[in-house]
Amino acid sequence: MKGKSAYLCSRALTAVLRTAIAAGALFSCWTAAAQMDAAAPQPHGWSAAAVQARVPQSARLRKNPFEGNEREATAGEKLFEEHCTECHGQKAAGTRYGPSLLQEEVQQASPGTLFWILSNGVVRRGMPVWSKLPEPQRWQLVTFLQSLRAHSTKPAMERHD
Amino acid sequence: MTAEPASNHTSPLASRLVRWSCYSLSLAVFALSLCAAAAAQESPYIVTYDHYMEEPGNLEVEYFSTFGTQRGGNDFHAFWMEFEFGTTAWWTTEVYVDGQTTFSDSTLFTGFRLENRLRLLDREHIVNPVLYIEYEQTSGADKILKEVEGHDVESDFSESNGQLRKEHDHELELKLLLSSTFKGWNVALNPIFTKNLSPSEPWEFAYAAGASRPLGLKASPERCNFCPENFIVGAELYGGLGDARNPGLPNTSHYLAPVAAWNLPSDWTLRLSSGFGLNDHSHRLLLRWGISREFSGFGDMVRQLFGGRM
Repeated sequence: MKGKSAYLCSRALTAVLRTAIAAGALFSCWTAAAQMDAAAPQPHGWSAAAVQARVPQSARLRKNPFEGNEREATAGEKLFEEHCTECHGQKAAGTRYGPSLLQEEVQQASPGTLFWILSNGVVRRGMPVWSKLPEPQRWQLVTFLQSLRAHSTKPAMERHD
Repeated sequence: MTAEPASNHTSPLASRLVRWSCYSLSLAVFALSLCAAAAAQESPYIVTYDHYMEEPGNLEVEYFSTFGTQRGGNDFHAFWMEFEFGTTAWWTTEVYVDGQTTFSDSTLFTGFRLENRLRLLDREHIVNPVLYIEYEQTSGADKILKEVEGHDVESDFSESNGQLRKEHDHELELKLLLSSTFKGWNVALNPIFTKNLSPSEPWEFAYAAGASRPLGLKASPERCNFCPENFIVGAELYGGLGDARNPGLPNTSHYLAPVAAWNLPSDWTLRLSSGFGLNDHSHRLLLRWGISREFSGFGDMVRQLFGGRM
């Protein structure tokens, strides 16, 4: 019985390895072709104002249920690290794939505007829709983004004083 | 690989476990050897698709197993790997490689599939449509049952692998993925239309539908494995709807499957599904599980490899 098990295991391993090698080769060719066809990601070149102009008025007026709540902002920071830093950078300062979220247009945007952009994405510009995160988690992200405003204005206020 | 004569007895449990462990370990090692990980919020569906695309530039490597019972033949363990790549925020492309072991018979590579999903609308709507186009080249021994089409029934799989592998299928599969998310719930419906590229074969019809919800809607501030928001549970219903010559439910199979996904903070996702056959033409049980991990920066890596600029 042991011999048969070993034989079966060795055949199974061979099959799996062949499968993995075939898959790797096939997929490399396929994605290479896809990448060559698709436009290479450009430095984002987003205009925050243009993106915000798409937001319906009713959406802009929505209130953040967690506004000012530090616990929810911390949860939002965790979500930001998990889902957003890849494009917007570790400190939300932006990368070539996504704009800085510290810029004034973003920081001045209403919570409803941020929530709408998060939910609907900017699909043709490379930002996916994030409605797969439940609504409370999207508000937690907005709360975190709003908390950046407080941090970024603090030094200015201190300087002013 | 030559097919051995099929017997009607399943192999001992220990032997199955050894083989399953071999598959799982090899494939997990293969997946691990790739690049940096990215966090994912994956749905628990195994058959149904929602409208969410792979994030641009990310690669998701997935391994799935299906254990199926077989009346009038040997039980089987079918497995497949998926390599899912986000080409853009509205275009996801994917390659599948399928295989199976039929107990007391043999292990086979059974084919591959190339799939593309195209998001049709820019914004979120009440119902979000995505177009799914797949080409598949499989043998008759393919048992992954990723979708159940037309008049696919359990007795189709009762022959030995040696017999089944003689049949070769080239199929085009079209799906319209309709999906909606509201109050944490996702509801998805996929009408499926399949054409075997042999001119004499008719169009086949099928459906898959699913509903799911995270156990927790708010994220906790701490990184945790067992937080309720990491678990998504739901159910899938899928089956065939006949073909263009004989549309309808007669001689079709259908399954109801509770599903669950566990999105770990370490960027792994585990999925579990136990599908129960709903009529006499269905396998009694299709027990499925899957493991996946998402990797960021794969697009850049490929672009560099082919001389593109970063």
